[in-house]
Amino acid sequence: MSTVILLLVTGLGLGALYFLIASGLSLTYGLMRVLNFAHGIFLTVGGYASWWIAVRLPLPDPWRFLVALLGCLVVGAIVAAAVEVGLIRPLYRRHIEQVLVTVGLALAFTALVQGTFGADPISYPAPAWTQGVTQLAGANIPNSRLLAIAVAAAVFLLLSAFLRFTRWGLIVRAGVENRAMVSALGIDVQRAFTLVFALGGVAAALAGALGALYFGNIDPERGTATLIFAFIVIVIGGLGSFTGSALAAVVVGLLQQFMNYYSSVYWGFSAAGDLSVVLLLAVVLLWRPQGLLGRSVG
Amino acid sequence: MSTPIATRTVLEIKDLQVYLGESHILQGVSFEVPAGGVTALLGRNGAGKTTTIKAILGLVGRKGSIRLADRELVGLPTHEIVRLGVGYVPEEREVFSELTVAENLKLAERGTKPRYDLVFEVFPELEQRRAQAAGSLSGGQQQMVAIARALLNENQIILVDEPTKGLSPLMVGKAASALKRAAEAATLLLVEQNLQVARTLAEKVVVLDEGRVAYTGRVADLLADPALARRYLGVGGSR
Repeated sequence: MSTVILLLVTGLGLGALYFLIASGLSLTYGLMRVLNFAHGIFLTVGGYASWWIAVRLPLPDPWRFLVALLGCLVVGAIVAAAVEVGLIRPLYRRHIEQVLVTVGLALAFTALVQGTFGADPISYPAPAWTQGVTQLAGANIPNSRLLAIAVAAAVFLLLSAFLRFTRWGLIVRAGVENRAMVSALGIDVQRAFTLVFALGGVAAALAGALGALYFGNIDPERGTATLIFAFIVIVIGGLGSFTGSALAAVVVGLLQQFMNYYSSVYWGFSAAGDLSVVLLLAVVLLWRPQGLLGRSVG
Repeated sequence: MSTPIATRTVLEIKDLQVYLGESHILQGVSFEVPAGGVTALLGRNGAGKTTTIKAILGLVGRKGSIRLADRELVGLPTHEIVRLGVGYVPEEREVFSELTVAENLKLAERGTKPRYDLVFEVFPELEQRRAQAAGSLSGGQQQMVAIARALLNENQIILVDEPTKGLSPLMVGKAASALKRAAEAATLLLVEQNLQVARTLAEKVVVLDEGRVAYTGRVADLLADPALARRYLGVGGSR
């Protein structure tokens, strides 16, 4: 029983990270029809920025981590907004060029981080509490997983409230349906694009900092590695569906964690988690091509 | 008895050219829309009526000149054109189906004083359906939302594209009444296939044929000449 609880919580923790990176990806695709293959760099930026700030701050825990976290969110927003304005904006509606530029940016940025900080993972100065465990129904749950779940839940509620109750949220929801008509109501959709990109950058940077606690280190390739699963999440959830992304992130995180554990125990095969996620993607695409909560087209 | 056509021009289009892919859709369209009342933009299917409306709004690439009360619109992005006082009722209604009626209207608010009194006076039904998702409304009710979005703000001109398309006869009458009321508040440029509605609402008419202006004048004169009406519109004027 304690193993199931442990797998459940760690699976939710992994799902929390997937959700944080997938939420921005889903919104940018939904509103802008931009598949941003460079979205993973915002996660890397978040991890490295929070590490860079934390190792230089002469503050006690948990203040050092909290200040570093805030700093990385600002950096994530700035980098994301700069990418949107500098690279994505000139290429709206030019999908092939967008893919080429964002893939190129992801590769170049990863190489830049490796060149600057080294290719090996760097140990992260995590606050003591996040390295401990909490007893839950007989299971020793790592606190870093509980923190990731709590933060992702808070981000889900905040972004839901933003989409539901603010004028910008209204513009984003309408823009997901029909961008041209939003412009035809006198609204500058371009500003909404930049805002959504910056919000996506903040959420991904948050995933970067929490991922550093989760894995105990930062890694130049974590962003691009996690992005693959984030893409699977948004396709399973339904492209452009924010709630669908949250649901799919939970499903993918749990499936991956459970399959990795049980396949390892019973079959001695530890990579079944990744394989099962890809199979789930195939099943969803065959059964419901628009994703769990996506709208069918045509 | 028809009223005299106003002389002040609110919209002036000169040598408007639009290409969609390889097709040369508008081939030097030029006409003026006088301030006040309704100007009908008529023509057979594929004549370029909807493209003209979209070109005014900047929703398609275009060349030439479009002046709204002495302000050049070509070169401006769509949202800036709309903010100059251009309302738009699109052909397919294009309400945001996932949003409620209230949210659709809220999104359309431009100034500090949205005219909800006018909107709910013209469409009392919308006030009762504020919390309903626009996607669950009937076609006629969605058309009410589309017209209401344009009525909500002060506009110099409202571009109305086939407002009665696909509506029941009862809803056609309601839409025509609403447009008549809208015309009291702003100039209307109306694309309409229903000649009865066009005849009821409009005084001036611009007829497009294969991407060019084929006729300008009074609606009554065009429809009084069956040969002319058949030639440009494919129907007899007596309809």
